[in-house]
Formats: sequence, C-alpha cells, structure tokens
Amino acid sequence: MEFHQKHLLGIEQLTDAEILAVLDTAESMAEISTREVKKVPTLRGKTILNLFFEASTRTRSSFELAAKRLSADIVNFSQSTSAVTKGESLRDTILTLEAMNPDALVIRHSASGAAHYLTTFCRSHVINAGDGQHEHPTQALLDAFTIRQEKKNFKGLKVVITGDILHSRVARSNMFCLQKLGAQVVLCGPPTLLPDEFRSFGPEVSHDFDLALEDADVVMMLRIQLERMQKSFFPSLREYRNLYCLTPERFKRAKKSAIIMHPGPINRGVEISADMADSAKSVILKQVENGVSVRMAVLYLLLGGKDREAAD
Amino acid sequence: MANKIKARVMDASKIRRIMYRMATEIIERHRDLKTLVIVGIRTRGIYIGKRIAKIIKEMEKVDIPVGVMDITLYRDDFSELEPQHTVQKTEIKFSVAKKNVLLVDDVLFTGRTIRAAMDGLFDIGRPKSIQLLVLIDRGHRELPIRADYVGKNLPTSRREIVQVQLKEIDDKDEVLIVEPAELG
Repeated sequence: MEFHQKHLLGIEQLTDAEILAVLDTAESMAEISTREVKKVPTLRGKTILNLFFEASTRTRSSFELAAKRLSADIVNFSQSTSAVTKGESLRDTILTLEAMNPDALVIRHSASGAAHYLTTFCRSHVINAGDGQHEHPTQALLDAFTIRQEKKNFKGLKVVITGDILHSRVARSNMFCLQKLGAQVVLCGPPTLLPDEFRSFGPEVSHDFDLALEDADVVMMLRIQLERMQKSFFPSLREYRNLYCLTPERFKRAKKSAIIMHPGPINRGVEISADMADSAKSVILKQVENGVSVRMAVLYLLLGGKDREAAD
Repeated sequence: MANKIKARVMDASKIRRIMYRMATEIIERHRDLKTLVIVGIRTRGIYIGKRIAKIIKEMEKVDIPVGVMDITLYRDDFSELEPQHTVQKTEIKFSVAKKNVLLVDDVLFTGRTIRAAMDGLFDIGRPKSIQLLVLIDRGHRELPIRADYVGKNLPTSRREIVQVQLKEIDDKDEVLIVEPAELG
C-alpha cells in the first residue's frame, strides 16, 4: 500500500495515492464500529497522547475513540488543567510528556506550525489535529471520505467552501485534499475573509455566494471563528448572514443531488439556517461518524507495522 | 533467480474431487445444516468456502451463508511485518451467535492465521462451535490447532512454499510446491 509518512502534519505534503490509501483503509475500519464488540487488538501496547491546547469536543473524542477501538492506550491532556498554566513552555511540556514513552502525539494548538515544530525534537509520530490557521488534515480526510461515500468519485465535482476562509485550517486542508483528488474547488466569502492570494493555490475565488452555488455538488459551510478575529472583518453578523448564510432558498441554486457539509461546531442561523443543518441533504452527522473510521485508519497507517526508521 | 516449481501436487479435477469429498463429510457430520455458516479467510479461503457452499446446495438444497474474514488487524506478527499491511474488509452479514461456524482457509501451516481468525470471530459474536476446513495441511504447527476437514496432508520443509491457485483469481486450479530462489 501507498503510504510513506512518519507524521501526519498536513494534506499539502501527501500524494493523491496516500490520501486514497487512508480512505480505503478507513473503509475497512468502518465495519468495526458496527460490531457488538467495537474493538480490535491491532495497536495493543501502543500509547497515544492527545494534546489539546485548544477547546475541542469532536476531534478530541474522535481520536480517543479511534485509539480505543484499535486497543491503544490514550491519555488526554488539556491546557486548562496542565502545567502550561504555571508558565511551562510548549517544548518543556512536550519533552516531559515524551519522557513517558508514548508512541504518538496528537496535537491541537492555536499556533500554525505547532505540529511541525514538535517533529523537530520528538521521537514519536506526530499527528496534527489542527494547528492555528494552517491545516487540519484528519478533517479533510474525513470530508473526502464522506464525499466519496455520497458521490463515488471526485473527478468533475464542484465543491463550494464558504465562510471564514482566512482563519480556517479546514478550508486549507480541504482545498489541498480535494484538488489532489481531482475535484473543482470554489472558495467563497467576503473579501476581508477571503484574500485574493488564495487563487495561487489553484481554487476559484468568489465573493458572491449565490453565483458560487450554481451547479454545486457539495456545499461546505464554515463557522465564523469569532475567537480568531482580532479586528472586525464585517460590519455585523446580520449583514454576514444576509450575504453568506445557507438558506433553503439559496440551496436551490446548487444541483438537486447536492449535499451539505459542515465541520462543526455549527452556529445555527449564522452561516447555516437551522432547517438546512437538519435537512435530508445534510451529511453533517455522517462526517462525525466517519471521523472515527478515518482516524483509526491514520493511527493504523502511522503506528502499525515496523517502525519506519528501524525498517530502513 | 525466480522461484522454482518443485512439484504440481493437485490439478483442477483433483481439487474438484477433494471439494466434493469434504462437502460430503460436512453434510455427514451436521445433522442440521441450517445452523451451519461458512467464514472464508481472505483471500483464497473465500473461494474455497463459496465452492463448498455451492456443492452443499447442489447435494442438499440448503443455502449456507458465506462470510469473509480479514485477519490483518488480529495478526500476532504485526510489528514484524513491513509497514502498512493492507487492511481489507471483514464482511459477515449474518450473525454468528449460536451458529456452527466453519472457518475455511487454503493452507494450514503454523496455525497463527487460524488463531487470529478465531479471535476475530469472537469479537463479532459467540458461535456455538467453530470447525476448520483447509485444502492443504502442510504441518509445522506452532499452536495447538488442527483442522476438522483436510483436503490433503502435504509434508513439506519449512522453506518450501505451498501455492494454492484458484480459477477465481489465478486463472487456473492447481496446487504447487515451490522452492524459493536462493538469496544472494
């Protein structure tokens, strides 16, 4: 199989074959979660640290369940209850934890590049669970998995990603991932949250949501990340809603077969109306379900088998 | 240097006769075929299992469900394998609880695959019994495991390879003993 990485830091450095290897493996992992005994012994004896320096419910618990279903031991760490609050540096915190001999570190941090920084001094496999405004690779992989489930194929699909693109690591990872797989990506949002520089990555950039939605196969909405906004990027939430909220009326412009995605957490009535979030076209909860299978696949591909260094 | 074929142990007609004999033995030993289910171990165990089910259907007009087991996630030599041994799907669409499960594999060697398959089965449900059918038993067991139905006992040396080829994926039915090429 085609997967040759020690770490999962981002989608940008993966090949399309490696992305597909993760999706295919996730396909096999999905069956385990439907069993009565939802556990296989594959990663018995491996220890994984879940290091969340930012708030998270779904990603943290998804990684935790994925590790447990593969029989790995997982230890959760959250910033609020740690020595970081006593002034310890990130490097010292990580070195301390690594002295306890974990096999993998799953890290979420508000600084872009945090996961990469860890690989400069850690022995363990490092998995990026979201670093600042940079990447969130497992989210993109589970989104691709969900799209493949619904649409079978990526070639020729029009995927519209709308919202706070500037602050969104999900948008970046998805843009890399879907373009590598052959889909057409359209980014959409107000100019303040979607600088023109994004064009250099390859996608189409649009500031008119209604226009962007024409003939879309996949409509992916992003949350307005007020916590990352140090200044005001739009006059009011109400104006934002008027221009960029996904409503049943707007959704009619997309293809009949179009699906609605959202990485969560949802702000109902801001970027997506409540009836759209709950509609039959929404695969938002499927994304969550698939997240566990995809993360199982990532853990298996990184931790299963011989250590890469030892194998060389 | 390529691998050298040392002997052709079975051809298509021999494999067919052996399948019929084993199917007859299964029917003989199971008073109630309705509780029998077959689980084939990837890859060639699947096709042997399906052929056995087909013969039983021919002879007794009973449909035996056939499932597929992938044992990759249950291997005990996991960390000795090269990275990324491909995981494939386990597809058992019926309940194995209270059923007499017939595990099917092509070659019985160390017994470790069968151990892994049994662990996998117990995670899916609690069978009433598990029996084992193999086309070839080549000896060299490392675990206390034996087959209930054996196509042929084939004494081999450890370094020889027993190659079962089946029409469904290999174009023809035959069993070969192969001598691996000398490593330089």
